Amino acid sequence: MNLDGKIPKGALADKWSSHKFQMSLLAPAQKRHYKILVVGTGLAGASAAATLAELGYQVEAFCFQDSPRRAHSIAAQGGINACKNYQGDGDSVRRLFYDTIKGGDFRSREANVYRLAEESQNIIDQAVAQGVPFARDYGGFLDNRSFGGAQVSRTFYAKGQTGQQLLLGAYSALQRQVARGGVKLHTRTELLDIVVDHDEVKGIITRNLVSGKINRFAGHAVVLATGGYGNVFYLSTNALGSNVTATYRAYLRGAGFANPCFTQIHPTCIPVKGNYQSKLTLMSESLRNDGRVWVPKSGDPSRNPSQIAEEDRDYYLERIYPSFGNLVPRDIASRKAKEMCDAGKGVGPGGLGVYLDFSDAISRLGEKTMGERYGNLFDMYRQITGENPYKTPMRIYPAVHYTMGGLWVDYNLMSNIRGLHVIGEANFSDHGSNRLGASALMQGLADGYFILPYTISHYLASHKPTLTPLDNNLFNRVESQVTAKIRSLLSIGGSRSPHEFHRELGKIMWNYCGMSRTTEGLRSAIAKIQQLKQDFWQDLYIPGSAGTFNQTLESAGRVADFLSFGELMCQDALAREESCGGHFREEHQTSAGEAKRDDQKFAHVAVWQHVNQDRGSSGVKGDEMRPIKTKRHTEKLEFNEVQLTSRSYK
Amino acid sequence: MKLIFEIWRQESPDHKGQFKTYEVNNLDTNMSFLEALDVLNEQLLREKKEEPVAFDYDCREGICGMCSLVINGEPHGPLQGVTTCQLHLRSFKDSERITVEPWRAKSFPIVRDLVTDRSAFDRIISSGGYISVNTGSAGDANAIPIEKAKADQAFDVAACIGCGACVATCKNSSAMLFVAAKVTHLSALKQGEVEKEERVLKMMTSHDMEGFGSCSQTKSCEAVCPKNISTAAITALNREYLRAAVKKPQALS
Repeated sequence: MNLDGKIPKGALADKWSSHKFQMSLLAPAQKRHYKILVVGTGLAGASAAATLAELGYQVEAFCFQDSPRRAHSIAAQGGINACKNYQGDGDSVRRLFYDTIKGGDFRSREANVYRLAEESQNIIDQAVAQGVPFARDYGGFLDNRSFGGAQVSRTFYAKGQTGQQLLLGAYSALQRQVARGGVKLHTRTELLDIVVDHDEVKGIITRNLVSGKINRFAGHAVVLATGGYGNVFYLSTNALGSNVTATYRAYLRGAGFANPCFTQIHPTCIPVKGNYQSKLTLMSESLRNDGRVWVPKSGDPSRNPSQIAEEDRDYYLERIYPSFGNLVPRDIASRKAKEMCDAGKGVGPGGLGVYLDFSDAISRLGEKTMGERYGNLFDMYRQITGENPYKTPMRIYPAVHYTMGGLWVDYNLMSNIRGLHVIGEANFSDHGSNRLGASALMQGLADGYFILPYTISHYLASHKPTLTPLDNNLFNRVESQVTAKIRSLLSIGGSRSPHEFHRELGKIMWNYCGMSRTTEGLRSAIAKIQQLKQDFWQDLYIPGSAGTFNQTLESAGRVADFLSFGELMCQDALAREESCGGHFREEHQTSAGEAKRDDQKFAHVAVWQHVNQDRGSSGVKGDEMRPIKTKRHTEKLEFNEVQLTSRSYK
Repeated sequence: MKLIFEIWRQESPDHKGQFKTYEVNNLDTNMSFLEALDVLNEQLLREKKEEPVAFDYDCREGICGMCSLVINGEPHGPLQGVTTCQLHLRSFKDSERITVEPWRAKSFPIVRDLVTDRSAFDRIISSGGYISVNTGSAGDANAIPIEKAKADQAFDVAACIGCGACVATCKNSSAMLFVAAKVTHLSALKQGEVEKEERVLKMMTSHDMEGFGSCSQTKSCEAVCPKNISTAAITALNREYLRAAVKKPQALS
């Protein structure tokens, strides 16, 4: 497997600008002869599709939702980082670069992260020009806040709806191109496979979710902007439709999957209420500024919190981390909450929760001030739980939020399959093993607006504008495998729904490949998933047919991919014998219980290759049921500009 | 908790639809309304007699705008400022009968059961619901200060999630609240001024061509809007439209 990152030579600060100059260009009149297929219409996909169409390419854009505006980027709350230094508080490209690479626990590429920091500034300009209503101060200038423990105020925001406003900006740019004929839009359409010839992408196979029709599209380049795979855990803060199918099926065709075990678990979410639960809701991290986290020291944790005396409460974050207290980073706050619950001290239904108590802040500042700061969050909490957080402490628990792993890409955002580009959360490149707050929106838009449009032109410039004919055998073969898979799923005729299997997979992943991982646990998870996959292919039930709007069938296809992908995640977690960022291996911790990195052995990207690329997605039941066959490769991470340090918050 | 659902079932646009009754037991008051429908669907899958009820959903946190449903005659159900996915069963009584219908409007044709096609909204945005700025041509973000009050006002209407509840509740099936939200969002900002007149004329033309009706100011849209967008936006839209139609009558044709 060729894992040349193609990092440009030269000084870190000059790499991107000199690369932009050295890349080949296509003349304006040439561009219209090239077709680019963009899958996914979130921040990365919509911004890429719009920009590529503005440049003159023929673009076709695909999303599984009924409108591009529904993509899950819309749910991002907090904000977007950019080193504008409008506050004059010492921010710079270099500081944002350093914070991001350190926050990622030194498991990302220096050159990519530096470029991200450089492009962050352009994003804000672009968004404002589109009419994104960012928060402003009384002078009419843009307001910033400090986010996620950053020492500078570099986060731009639009109340708690920053993702929505940025996505609507990108969506409107996309719709403008739809009207001009630059983009052909396919909504309620799902990618089911990619067509590859001699390591070069030729097109995609999709299913129209309304008619069930399988379609072929040929393109000179394909862009996957299909988001993250947090739903492998069944419960997460992701939208219910978010899935791994596009990236996993590309992996089955030979694309390398990088660091699949790197998952971000967010500490402040509303706890699970019952088995029927379909998703978890995030409560902004900002609440930890005024809330104190505690559990009862002893006794029945289910008793009413008002009956637990002050001296019987364990403010465990303040106790263990006296200098950072309740503001320790996401991964640490999450892990400690789990430890408390594992020790039987968890509160609320099922004992899976800890208190986030605002009573001190309320008596200090008053309900009014607290309402001004957190009113919308308190209302949302009350809406979901029926409890009033002004009177009784909130219950919170960690939940899966973001996945740093993704398809491997080089500096040009191209996977090891030529022409197959991957952007946004779907790739692995910028966040290492832990993403900082307000950095996801920045990466999605930097990729889509300002990086991919340059690098994809460079790729296309070396290609003739001929398309593979749709009746070519390559397309015939992949399409027949796709329809075989659908037929296999429909013909199982068992008794259990895809949700049941998904829920069960989620429990395995959460228990063994979640906040804390062990050799033994991961081994047993792999065995359990393999068994579950067998059961799935023998006992699944899908009503209806392939030729109609069939949501059970949609979900079954996604769960089938999650099952195999879960196995891959566990293998990756097992192979990474160190703790870093969101990946915590119990065997690798300091005597004080903190994560212990191993830079000697693991300062690399783990890239997984599917063995038997052709047979893996054959659609034949017997093949689909088999344990996955993988090979692990590595790309060494070189650090020339930053010194590798270990984090401490005591 | 037990609920009795009267749900609109329709296999496809070509089939005749009808209400069907389903009883679901062992529900929990902390469930969301869509989770109760999930439970019903799991029940239907176990019984293997009927296909599950098709309904739209995605984020389940009230922001993507994908969920819909007219519940007991009200889009997004009985609570104000809340989408269906954020409605919980504690808003209903035990053993209550609940009617569940899709958005009903000619411009939102039925796909299946409770799922409708709202692509008309995308086409309205395509007609002019944007500021024409190509990637890369923007000046510095702080070069043009925007009065805070105006920026806040723009945000309030920009919060529209494009769900279509305004259309579903309107006796004229008007989408003027949707159009007004976008028009007033962009015209409140200096960046949106250049195309102000053309935008309102194009978007309203597209609105009418899609078959949405006119506004007769009953304000029922405001009452059901999950983001509490005020009909003051429609008043402003009318004003902008009139001014633009006088100034640029050629753009109307």
